[in-house]
Formats: sequence, structure tokens, C-alpha cells
Amino acid sequence: MSGRGGLWRDALGRLAGNRVALLCLAILVLMTAVAVVGPMLLDYRQDQIDWAHMAAAPLTADGHWLGTDRLGRDLLVRTLHGLRVSMGIALSATLVSLAIGVSWGAVAGYLRGRTDALMMRVVDVLYALPQVFFVIILTVVFGRSPATLLIAIGAFGWLTMARIVRGQALALREREFVEAAIVGGAGTARIVARHIVPNLLGPVIVYATLTVPQVILVESFLSFLGIGIQEPLASLGNLIADGAVEMETAAWMLAVPAGCLVLLVFCFNFLGDGLRDALDPRDH
Amino acid sequence: MHNKSGFAEAASFFVPTQPAVVTMLAFVARRLLGAIPTLAVIVTLSFVMMRLAPGGPFDEEQALQPEIRANLEAAYGLDQPVVVQFGRYVGGLLRGDFGPSYKFRDFTVTELIASGLPVSLTIGAAAILLALVLGIPAGVWAALAQDRFADRLVMSLAVAGISVPVFVIAPFLALVFGIYLHWLPVAGWAPGRLADLVLPVVTLALPVVAYLARLTRGSLLEVLRAPWIRAARARGLPQQRILLLHALPAALLPVVSYLGPAVAAVLTGSLVVETIFGLPGMGRHLVQGALNRDYTLVMGMVIVYATLMIALNLVADLVYAWLDPRIRRERRL
Repeated sequence: MSGRGGLWRDALGRLAGNRVALLCLAILVLMTAVAVVGPMLLDYRQDQIDWAHMAAAPLTADGHWLGTDRLGRDLLVRTLHGLRVSMGIALSATLVSLAIGVSWGAVAGYLRGRTDALMMRVVDVLYALPQVFFVIILTVVFGRSPATLLIAIGAFGWLTMARIVRGQALALREREFVEAAIVGGAGTARIVARHIVPNLLGPVIVYATLTVPQVILVESFLSFLGIGIQEPLASLGNLIADGAVEMETAAWMLAVPAGCLVLLVFCFNFLGDGLRDALDPRDH
Repeated sequence: MHNKSGFAEAASFFVPTQPAVVTMLAFVARRLLGAIPTLAVIVTLSFVMMRLAPGGPFDEEQALQPEIRANLEAAYGLDQPVVVQFGRYVGGLLRGDFGPSYKFRDFTVTELIASGLPVSLTIGAAAILLALVLGIPAGVWAALAQDRFADRLVMSLAVAGISVPVFVIAPFLALVFGIYLHWLPVAGWAPGRLADLVLPVVTLALPVVAYLARLTRGSLLEVLRAPWIRAARARGLPQQRILLLHALPAALLPVVSYLGPAVAAVLTGSLVVETIFGLPGMGRHLVQGALNRDYTLVMGMVIVYATLMIALNLVADLVYAWLDPRIRRERRL
């Protein structure tokens, strides 16, 4: 049996051997860096209109590397802002669902019995709801702001996490170190927080990585339909919607944000798979 | 999985026994009853959320005169206590009355649903059928050619199909086949014009095709390694027969259980597809309703979508139970 440090070192070693996953990680780091820093280095703001260059093709107008949209706004800057918004919402909604899912699942799995049955029944009922449609209702009710989107997506995103964590917690609470903690007089809250949750990290990290692209897709889906992020704010979804309107004459307006989104989702999915292989080699 | 009497199971696959019919009926009844609380939660939750909304449906840029506003609210029953409103709404639902649309004032929500539902069901059903017809054979082909070129090709396409969302596939297909090649109309809907259906249906089907191909391949490979398939080979049965009669039915169980999520994916995707291709289906009404903050319309559509999903999930479960001999024979269906 290797200690905790050993497990993580092993996992890191396996991940380092997975070239596709590493490449994806590198692309994601790069995209994040460019999305954060890029807009500051470029000459245009996201809502700045360049009257001289409307719907300019990539590389044809000075300073507009990826061209401009119908209103003469720089497409590269808007795409980078869209990337910021999409990733920002995805990461925060994942954190929200992580917080709810882990605590819900860990408590249910640790307490077992009637509490567990009741808590998991709640999860089952929410699971049966058509989630995207309820997110739509929430955006109708509370307005179409980034905050609403974040809360609405996070509110449904935690269900699978809760199930995974509960299963793990059920197994963990039978282990000797938990018994030792009980004998040592630790309270429930302390045991869950100090002994159960840290041992859940592996599957939690894997599933969180796979949640991010799902959230990105839901957010851009809603923004595409016009129910998510609103103009003049850019998100990958509403950029794709704008691009789809113009695609007949200006295919780049569609290609740039769509390519960006697909690459993002692709990389997160591959990285998640790689992490799963690295952290849980028994499965494969 | 199939470690005990898998061979006998495969042999008795298409022979329903009498008790099975009885347990099946009990199973159907139990699942139908089980769907009622879920539906109740959906209706209640949507109603409560709509009532939580800050501001009412008649908040517009220009404030209405108080008298007009009061008349409107009285006309729609909004001046009643919330409990009464809820009771009325549920009573209406039971009679198939989803209330008036707040924004399309000439239509009731029921009329909008009745006009949109056939369109959405047509493209949805066609997409699921197309996905089954393409996805399962592709998966079988890949499994039989494991690690060879055909396998790599199918699996690479499948990964792409899963990662590219419907709202990117749709404009892309419209661009290539509608605008560059002029093969198909980009938008529109005339009853009976099949060409209008091609792009929407293909768009909806592609992600499901990709998923089904992956699922079928993985499951068939697993089944083909099972001892009872080896036993069939050892008895000298022809390859084709082993594949079609023994391996495939068992391998398709996970595929059947994926049909529920597939239906959900197609229904969700139809929001995008109907919007992009200009089809007058429920999805477009829902999106319009959401943009207009048309509460009753959104609620009605969500309730219909949820009911559809629950019903189709139930069908998928029944098919699964009917196909799986382990479940079919058990008393505790």
C-alpha cells in the first residue's frame, strides 16, 4: 500500500505518459492565458466599432487579425472575451456544483440509513427533471444575466457528483481510519471534512474536469438561442449565433468562435479521460 | 455479466413465457404510477418558479395604466390567491388546457402546442430512427474490425460527433449542403416536402449516431469475449449466426438503456434545430416564449417536454425489460 503522496505521484507519472492528455492540458493553459491576457494587448475593445472596416475578412484590415463582425467589432477580441465569459461561467458553475455535490454526497453516504435515503430521493427526483428546460425557466424568471446562468446551471450540475461521492463515502466509512477517528471522539462534521472528503479527491477531480465542458455546452447552447449571455457581452454561444446569421457571406464569423468552442470542449473531454486513466487505473 | 446460463438465455431470447406477460403488466402499471409524483413535482416546481418571478407578465417598457393592468390581471385570474391560481392551473392541465399565452394573445398555449407537437415529433422520431439505423451497424462494423482502419475511422468520427454541439453542426451543414452545394433548402417547412426535413433530422441524429456507434462497439467487444460466445464457437456454429442471434441481442442492451438519454438529447437539440432551420415546432415556440418572458407558454412547453421525456424513458425501460432475459424472468420486475 502506498501512502497518499505515493498515489498522487503515481497518477502524475501515468498522466505524464499520456501525450494526448498532456497536449490538451497545454492547449487549455494556453487558451486560458490568451483569453485572460490577450484582450489587454490588442488595440480594440470588445464593443468598439471600427466604422472603416465592417465585416472585414481575416487579415484584410489592419489590426483585425481575425476580421470584424457586421458592426465592425474586432472578432479576435470578441472571441477572447467570449472565451473568458464561457470559461468563467463554466469554472464557477463547476465549483458551485462541486461544493453542493461533494457535501451532499459525503453527508448522505456517511450518515446512511433514512437520511441517506431521503437525500438521495431528492437527487433522484431532480434527476428526472428535464434540466435544460428548468434552466430555461430560471432564466425566464430571474432574467438573463450571467449570475442567473451560473446559479441555474450549478443548481442542476451537482446531481451526478453527489451520487459518485455518496458511493465512495459509503465504502470509506467502513475503513479503519474512520473507525479510529470515531473512537478518538471526532464529531460527524469533523470526520466528513477531515477523513471522508480528502479521500474522495480522485473521482471528484475527474468528474469535475468532465463537468466543465458540459457546463460550457449548456451555457453556449442557451447563449446561442439568445436566452443566455446578452449583447454587447460576448460569449462563444452568441458569437456562433451571430456567425450563423452571416455565414452565407462571411463564413469566418462562424468558423472562429465555433472552432474555439469545439477545441475547448475536445480538450476538456480528453483531459478528463486522461485523468480518469491516471487516477483510477483499475478501470482500464 | 452472463456467467451462469448465458447460453440458455440466448436460446430462449424470443420466446416469451406466460408469467412474463403478467409480470410485465405489473411492471408497466408500477412504472406508470411512479411517473405521477415526478410529473407532479415538475408542474409544481414550474408553477412556483414562475410565481417567484420578480415582476409580472405585463411589465413592459411603458407602465400600463393601473385600471388596464387590474383588468388584465383579473382577466387572467392573476388577482386571485396563489393557491387558487395553482388549483385552476392544475385543473386546466387535467382537461388539456394550458391557459392563454400572455404574448401571442390570439392563441392559447394548447393551440401552440397542438401546432408544434407534430412537427417536433416528426423530426425527433426520424432522427432517432436514423441514428439507430446508422449508429448500430457502424458500431458493429468497428467492433468486427477492431483496431484496424475501419475501427479507427468510425471511432474518430464518433469522438468528433460527440464533441461538436448541435448548434455548430447545424449551421455548418446548412452552409455546406444548402449554400455551397445547393442540394437542400436551408430553412423552411411545407407539409409533405421531405427535402425540408433532411438537414434538421441529420443534424439531430449525428451526435446520437456517434454515441450509439461507440456504445455498440464497446458492448459488442465485451460480449464477444464472454465464455458463452466461446462455447457457441466451440460447438461450431457459423460466425454469422453467433453474431446475429447470440452476441448482438445481448450487446444491444446498453444501447436500449441509452435510448432514454438519447431522447432527451434529441428533444433538447430540437430547440436549436427548429430555430436554425425555421421549423414551426414546439422548440421554437419555447425559445420565443423564453425570449418574450411568456410564462404560461414556457411552463406549458416545459411540462409537455417533461411528459414526453418521462413517457419515452418509460418505453425505453419497457423495451429493456422485455429484451433482457434476466429481468424478464424475475418476479420482482
